Amino acid sequence: MDSALNSGDTAWILTASALVLLMTPGLAFFYGGMVRGKSVLNMMMMSFGAMGVVGVVWVLWGYPMAFGTDVGGLFGNPFDGFGLGNLLAEDPEATLPSMAFVGFQATFAIITVALISGAIADRARFGSWLVFAGVWVTLVYFPVAHWVWASDGWIFKYGAIDFAGGTVVHINAGVAGLVLAILLGKRKGFAKEPMRPHNLPFVMLGAGLLWFGWFGFNAGSALAANNSASVVWVNTLVATCAAMLAWLLTEKLRDGSATSLGAASGVVAGLVAITPSCSAVSPIGAIVVGVVAGVLCALAVGLKYRFGYDDSLDVVGVHLVGGLTGTVLIGFLATADAPAGVDGLLYGGGASQLVIQVVSALAVVAFSFVMTMIIGFVIRATMGFRVSEEAEVGGIDLAVHGETAYENIAQGSVIKEVRS
Amino acid sequence: MKLVTGIIQPHRLDDVKSALEAAGVRGMTVSEASGYGRQKGHTEVYRGAEYTVDLVPKVRLEVLVDDADAETVTDVIVKAAQTGKIGDGKVWTVPVDDVARVRTGEHGAGAL
Repeated sequence: MDSALNSGDTAWILTASALVLLMTPGLAFFYGGMVRGKSVLNMMMMSFGAMGVVGVVWVLWGYPMAFGTDVGGLFGNPFDGFGLGNLLAEDPEATLPSMAFVGFQATFAIITVALISGAIADRARFGSWLVFAGVWVTLVYFPVAHWVWASDGWIFKYGAIDFAGGTVVHINAGVAGLVLAILLGKRKGFAKEPMRPHNLPFVMLGAGLLWFGWFGFNAGSALAANNSASVVWVNTLVATCAAMLAWLLTEKLRDGSATSLGAASGVVAGLVAITPSCSAVSPIGAIVVGVVAGVLCALAVGLKYRFGYDDSLDVVGVHLVGGLTGTVLIGFLATADAPAGVDGLLYGGGASQLVIQVVSALAVVAFSFVMTMIIGFVIRATMGFRVSEEAEVGGIDLAVHGETAYENIAQGSVIKEVRS
Repeated sequence: MKLVTGIIQPHRLDDVKSALEAAGVRGMTVSEASGYGRQKGHTEVYRGAEYTVDLVPKVRLEVLVDDADAETVTDVIVKAAQTGKIGDGKVWTVPVDDVARVRTGEHGAGAL
């Protein structure tokens, strides 16, 4: 029996999948460094916990729900292909094995859930978070991934461009983060006591790992080792460079210093904004996307103080704002010369693509907002979502995980006995 | 006897130590300290949020001396620690009733 399998494509996608999976531990460092020393382990465990829950759920019913048999353009049938037993045999006509795509997409579902955790740092019950992760990815992420990326999905058919997940991943996670930040309430002492990032080198390390993995995220989304992936790679590089410079310049002018936290944040803002647009713009367009995202996100992270919601690590300011920026800018900056093959407003393509982009983004915002509100509300009303005030003040690491990250963190406790 | 205590900028410690040794001081105690005076700490900005850090790192230097040497030692510390900028610190002197050397048990000026 002949096989159509393309080994170059398959090798690249398996590699890219591992790159994207590394983004979640990278995110754990990025977020972990930004919280206080008494809650760094919990922050990192929220990312690792998302890997555990979402990885299993994805294999059981996630992939069929996102990419399986279509039900009305809204989601796939979770029972048709439950457990993936139907994908074990090689399809002689496929250039890329289905399982390679399954693995690649699993890593997207994982990081999307992990991103949300930054909005509720220092105060969420770990068990409630794990339940939320499983329910949210099922009822929100899988349907939206189906809408946007499955060939039967309604946003896909509507013609929106979202190459690697501006709507599915970043707008979706950003809105969910906003809702959870509101539902859980502010950290004790928010906007009164200083909550200084306890380890900025961790944040820089995490940003570096995210950037590295993001080449798998974006260039891997070409699902082939080809010209499209290469264009996307360069756009992902240059937009991120530009966004970092733009963030640094913004805070230099506003606050007086170009900070390491600003550089790390600018990197992520640029990566977020180029995610949907990397296949649709030229490298010059990518620089514009990066600059706009860098400036807008640097300004947006202050909104939480004005509106009084404690989006602790700026999931809204970076992922929602960055995701909207990249998704909407496609309508202006898309060029038909790029792999997506569509002209935006500034390239003589008229406003039609812009309208499609805006409508698609708003649909995801609305769906994610309502669904996350319902899920979060039910969990809060049944299991409780927030740790006790005592645990929060004393440090969630010790209270929830029975550990402290550093020797001098344990407060008021003396080790009296060591059991082995 | 007197206890001369200096709160100085950490980066001046080496010069102050050398100057005291040159002036014949044979012992001192140095510890890390934090505090502020008119300097009022400093401001750090994280993602646009301003944090005022009011306690800044300092070094505390303590020297036990004979009454007659107190003024000289104070002057040596001041001269060596001075940069002329705000935050240079303070030096003060307090009387000491008694001193005992732990190794020998002797008391008073002989224990200095």
